[in-house]
Order: sequence, then C-alpha cells, then structure tokens
Amino acid sequence: MPAADLRACDAALRRLLPAGGLLREEAELRPYECDGLSAYRRLPWRVALPETVEQVQAVVRCCRDHGVPVVARGAGTGLSGGALPLEDGLLLSLAKFNRILAIDPDNRLATVEPGVRNLAVSEAVAGHGLYYAPDPSSQIACSIGGNVAENAGGVHCLKYGLTVNNVAALKLVTLDGELLTLGGRALDAPGYDLAALLNGSEGLLGILVEVTVRLLPVPDYAQVVIAAFDDVQQAGDAVAAVLAAGILPAGLEMMDTLATRAAEDFVHAGYPADAAALVLCELDGSRAEVEAQLERVEAVLRERGATTVRRARDEADRLRLWAGRKAAFPAVGRLAPDYYCMDGTIPRHHLGRVLATIARWSEEYGLPVANVFHAGDGNLHPLILYDANQPGELERTEAFGARILELCVACGGTITGEHGVGVEKIDQMCAQFGAAELEQFHAVKRAFDPQGLLNPGKAVPTLARCAEYGRLHVHGGRLPHPELERF
Amino acid sequence: MNEAAHDKLDSLRDQVAQAFEARRPLAVTGGGSKAFYGRPVEGEPLAVTGHRGILDYEPSELVLSARAGTPLADIEALLAGHGQMLAFEPPHFGPGATLGGAVACGLSGPRRPWAGAVRDFVLGVSILNGRGEPLSFGGRVMKNVAGYDLSRLMAGALGTLGVLTAVSVKVLPRPETEATLVFERDAAAAIEACARWSARPLPLSAACHHAGRLYLRLSGSERGIRGAREQLGGEALNDGDAFWTSLRDHRHPFFDAGRPLWRLSVPPASPPLALAGDGLLDWGGGQRWLYTDAPAEQVREAARAAGGHATRFRGGDRGDVFQPLPAPLLALQRRLKQALDPAGILNPGRLYEGL
Repeated sequence: MPAADLRACDAALRRLLPAGGLLREEAELRPYECDGLSAYRRLPWRVALPETVEQVQAVVRCCRDHGVPVVARGAGTGLSGGALPLEDGLLLSLAKFNRILAIDPDNRLATVEPGVRNLAVSEAVAGHGLYYAPDPSSQIACSIGGNVAENAGGVHCLKYGLTVNNVAALKLVTLDGELLTLGGRALDAPGYDLAALLNGSEGLLGILVEVTVRLLPVPDYAQVVIAAFDDVQQAGDAVAAVLAAGILPAGLEMMDTLATRAAEDFVHAGYPADAAALVLCELDGSRAEVEAQLERVEAVLRERGATTVRRARDEADRLRLWAGRKAAFPAVGRLAPDYYCMDGTIPRHHLGRVLATIARWSEEYGLPVANVFHAGDGNLHPLILYDANQPGELERTEAFGARILELCVACGGTITGEHGVGVEKIDQMCAQFGAAELEQFHAVKRAFDPQGLLNPGKAVPTLARCAEYGRLHVHGGRLPHPELERF
Repeated sequence: MNEAAHDKLDSLRDQVAQAFEARRPLAVTGGGSKAFYGRPVEGEPLAVTGHRGILDYEPSELVLSARAGTPLADIEALLAGHGQMLAFEPPHFGPGATLGGAVACGLSGPRRPWAGAVRDFVLGVSILNGRGEPLSFGGRVMKNVAGYDLSRLMAGALGTLGVLTAVSVKVLPRPETEATLVFERDAAAAIEACARWSARPLPLSAACHHAGRLYLRLSGSERGIRGAREQLGGEALNDGDAFWTSLRDHRHPFFDAGRPLWRLSVPPASPPLALAGDGLLDWGGGQRWLYTDAPAEQVREAARAAGGHATRFRGGDRGDVFQPLPAPLLALQRRLKQALDPAGILNPGRLYEGL
C-alpha cells in the first residue's frame, strides 16, 4: 500500500464536509480517544461527522484514494476497543445519523439510521405494541449501528437471539463508496447472506448507513423467579434441568456471591445475601402460558436443591429483582478502583470446573473476581477487580484475563460471546483459530477491502502477530507457514 | 472421530485438493433430495452422504453437532426422543435429506416466521474450502462473536463457498402441545388477519392460506393454547401435524400440479400480488407459491415491487432460477466466492453464473 497522503486527504475532506463536520483540533479530538474500553486511548488524526449518505460515500472514497484508514464509530460504548482510533486514521462518527426513518407495524419492521440508540427503537414502536428484542446492558446509550457491528447480545438471547437474528436488512457503504442493500424486507434475500456476515464484522467490511430491524409483539405478561443455591455447580445443574424440562425462559441469569452481595448493597434488590449462587429466571408470554411454566420452573429449581425460591410479588418487585442484575457491573465497580470485564462463552456443563479454576487463579494473582453469567446461553462475565494506579496490576489483570479466555476455548467455548474482539482480545484469537482459519478471514476481508483500510489491526490478528504471541495453533504437529519469522 | 469417518473426511479433502490443483469443477451431493433446486452444475460428483453420524448432543445445552451427511430423519428422531426439535422445520423433499443439504439449501419450513430460519440456528460449521483446507468456524455455543460469521454464510450458499463436513445447530424444546385452527377467508383477508395477529403476543407457529381457507397453528402449553383459541375462534383441524408436514415437504395436493413452480418471498403483509395463476401462501404471507403463465420478468417485477424476490423453485428455465442481483452486489459476491474458492470448483454456477 502506498504511504497515506494525509495532507491532501485533509484538504479534500474539508471540501467534502459541511462546516463543523471535520474535527482537527486536539481539544475536539479528545472525546473520541477511546470507546467503552478506556484502558486503551489514542487520539485520532481527524474526526469526520458526515450528515448524509452521500457525504459518507465521498469521505470513504477520499480516504481510499489517499490511502488513509477509516475507523467507524457509533455511540462509543463498545467494550473491546473496536472503535479505538488510529493516529494516522480518520475516525468516522455516525452520530448524526440518528433518525428513525420508517416504522412498518404490519410487517413488524423498523428502518433506522445507525446512530439511533437501541432503546429508542423500542420506545418509538411501543405505541404499536411492538419492541426490539436485543437488549445489551448499555441499551440506553449504545447505537444500532454499533450493535450490528458487534452482533450485540443482552439478557434475552436464549429465547430471542442476538442482533444477527433480529436484523432484516442493512445499507452498506463499501470502500469504493458503493451503496449496497444487504438482506431485505422479506424473510430472506437472494444470493449469499451478507447481512449475516456483516453482523459482528466490527467495522472491517464496510460502513453501515441504514439498518432495518425486526420487531416483536410485547408479551402480555412477564414474571421472574429467583433461586438461591449453596453451591455454584448445583446452580448450574439447576439451570440445565430447567432447559432439559422443555422450558425456554426469556432470561436465565446467574451471579456468584461477590456479585450478588455487591448488587444487593448497591440497589437493595431483595436478594438473599448469603447465597453461593443466585439464579434469576424470567418467563414471558401470555399470562396463561407463563403461569403454567412458572409452576414447573419452581418445582425444578426446588428439586435441584435451591435453598430459596421466590417469585416477584408484583411488577415493581420484578423490576427491582432485575435492577440488581442489570446494576451488577457498576455495583462490582464500587468494590475496587477498577474492574476488567471478560466475555467468554462455555458449554454450560463446564461451569463448575471453569469457576473453580478462576477462583484458584484469583488467589494466585491476588485479584478478586466477581462472576456474572448469562446462564441460559453460557456467556460468562468474570469481573476482575484491580487498581490501575498500583504498578503492574493492570498487566497482571490482563494476563489473568487472557488465561480465562484461553480456558473458555479449551472447554469448547469462545473468547467473546457478545463484546467483540476489537483490540482487546486480538491475541486470544490466535488461541481460538488456526492459521488456515485466520488466513480465510483475511481473504474474506480482502474481498470487501483490498487495501486493508477499514478498521485495520482489529478483530483478526495477522499470522505474524500470532507467531509473536506464541499461541498459534499447530495442527497435526505441522507448523503452519514455516516461511514466517518467529520472534 | 471413528476411523471410517476420519478416512471419509481425508478422502473428501484429497478429492477437493486434487480438484483445486487440476482446476476441475465438483458437483457436491448430499442425499439428492433437493437436486432439483438451483442452477445445473457440470462437475465430478463429490458425495458427502457417507460422512455421517452425531458428534455431540447434550440436550440441556440445546446444541447438536453432526457430520454433514447425517440424515435429517435420524437427527429429528434423536431430538424427538428428548422432547426437542429443529425449530426451523427443514423441508426434506425426500427420504435421503441430510443436515448438510438442509443448511446448504437454506430452506426453512412453516415455523420460520416465528422461530427463525436455518441460518438463525447454525452455530458452527466445519468445511473444506475450495483449496481442500479443513476449516472450522463458529462453535457449539449460542453466543460467539469471535471472527467473521462464516458459518451462517454457508446457509443458502448451495455448497458454492465450501463443502460442509459438520454442522452445529441450536435446538429447541418441542412445544408441550400444538393445535391447528381453520378459518374461511379469502387471501387478502387472510394476509390482513395474519399481520394483525402476528403483532399480538399470541402463540402462533405457522400460518398458511389455500383455496379460501386460512390454517393457523398454535404452539405452547395446554393453558396457553386454550387462552389463544378463546381469542381467535376458528374450527379445530384434527390431523394438524400431517397437514403441516405435507406443506413442509410439498406433499400437499397443491404441489402435485407438475408445472413449473415459483416461490415468491415478500414482506408478509404485502396484499395479494397482481399475478394470474394458482397460489398458496405460507409464512403468514411471507412465502407465496405460485403456478403462473406470466412471463418471468413480470413475476420477478411483482416480487421486487412488493419488496421481495422470486425464485423458479421447480421446473422452467433452470438457467434463470434466482432473482438477478444488482451488478455491484453480484461483483462483491463473486469476490467473496473467490476468497473461499479461488479456482471456482465448488458447485460452480449453482447459485448464479460465476458463483
């Protein structure tokens, strides 16, 4: 790739964007130096704030012509550094794309610009008795474009799926400035399912400028049951028993003692504070359906050794019980100056082994861990407590976190369930995938972005990086790519 | 992996690798139940059928992994024994239907609008790419955002991006009970009713209209279904399961016509399309089967104008099966094909020319 011509690109961008649409001064650039993963910070070269699709197309073409990398950014709430700027790259903010374009209640679709907040979609369609199901914990702030880029999850994924399962169509600006529609308003589209591929592609394949999401009818009734257990493995087994009994809860969450106590102290949700593990199980649907399932869930939880089983007394109590779970991260955040949130997924039957290993390592590293678990879908969020002002503690925390993720891979799981790879977990990608898979990812990337200008350095590591990290998979004793240098 | 399966995988890998070296096209075959679907392929047959067997199934994990040549019927019987199902209700279209074929064809049955499509249930795949390299993407867990989602991309790619060798799918509990209701309605009224009912929290799981009757399936607990029936009315159909299976597999008498069959996929609430012919609506109006004498351009234009697309499902001009793609989108799909199959040897042309 020829060296980027930043000076010429700057002059061209100033012509392409309206007044105030290109930020160049350090004080203006500062707010964009990081996303939700604030341990990584870097000032972007420039920030563009286009207002129209045509401006996005022109900006992307301009960057392509001058060899300048482009990092797209939504609300900046991501937890893996996917929107971390590049010092020689343009940060492309979609913040001004914040309109809801169309609501189609008959087909249960809403077409929105990528900067629209997740919760704003549900608010806009509430009058039709509909809502948008994926609910990442940052839903009051995070944007739909970012949700698609990360394939965001939430607490209702087991029953309602991730972002990819709730998106019908995307409009994508390619590196060539072409505007493509992927998917459509019908239930499928001809050709390859590029809409599925774009979900979770972390801004490496194109710039989203429009998203059509599927909507669901708001359930008549929702009710939550909490159950306390003396043992984490027992709680995990109880969760498995609920699912094996043929019940598909809307939400199925678990917290360990440290997380439960922190949440209780913070929001006074009414949790039993002495439990080794707390399970929250929410059912939704028609009242008759929910009532029938509640009895079965409670019976299974009791059979499996729950010491307390209790239904929410009323809607206010149900919301309070959820408030504790939803506030678990900030609640744990009160226990230490900093915390580091991990995002592995494991087949659920490994839960006991994984938590026991994490507890042992916690002693070894001298760093406490609180565990919050989307138990229904196996997505585990260990929160490592540390103090960034203590020399060496962040490095120790990252090393501990990396071991947890590699343990998830070893159990047949994954290094990231819903937060994305970004810059944060790029080295652990080397543990999850072999060289041939990584090469295939790079080939797919080149089909969209032959110059490698879209969010370079994120999500998929180079083979050289993996060799340096020392975690490259070796299949069948054959070292892949012997031509590569090893450091 | 047992020895026979290992040998079979090695032999598939060698065949693809040799075909890659020789730039020799391969026609990938499973059970052959959907051989009628897509454009014709000229190539040396590559049979995946023998590569069969369940790899992993723990009912409480709601995940099943199997080799791609495993018969769908075996998988469904195993799941049924544990009160579970493939919720996308893959059409079989014949006794030999395999898991790999179901994923490659990307077709889903009557439950699709409410449960999701095959692509929504694919969690991971093992493939041989067009160089014969064995690759695995996704996994056996429901939430996984590491790397590009190349597993879902295989759904509906008709084997043109990789030879599927194993698939992991999300499975779901079977509903405690199901009921089918019948209403006398014309097509327009049926579409309107489906849109209205779908916007309410009712336990719908299928909706089909044919010959003046709307068939509605409800799934859930006894109590939940009783509550819904009180709201909806309609007459109960006794052999509901047989009806929906015959619809899924095109054994319903509507499909006996022996004429070229169109499939139109449109936003479900679209009013009846202005196309003469005999039709049957599935997916609450989202999937419309049609026998028509109208020219292909007119059928495609009607589907496009409604926001959807039309496929020559069976018969007719097999060179012109799928709705033409806009040029820049087709170009991108060709580059993607090259990324996975650089020599263009995997089912070349089955989906579109150059794919």
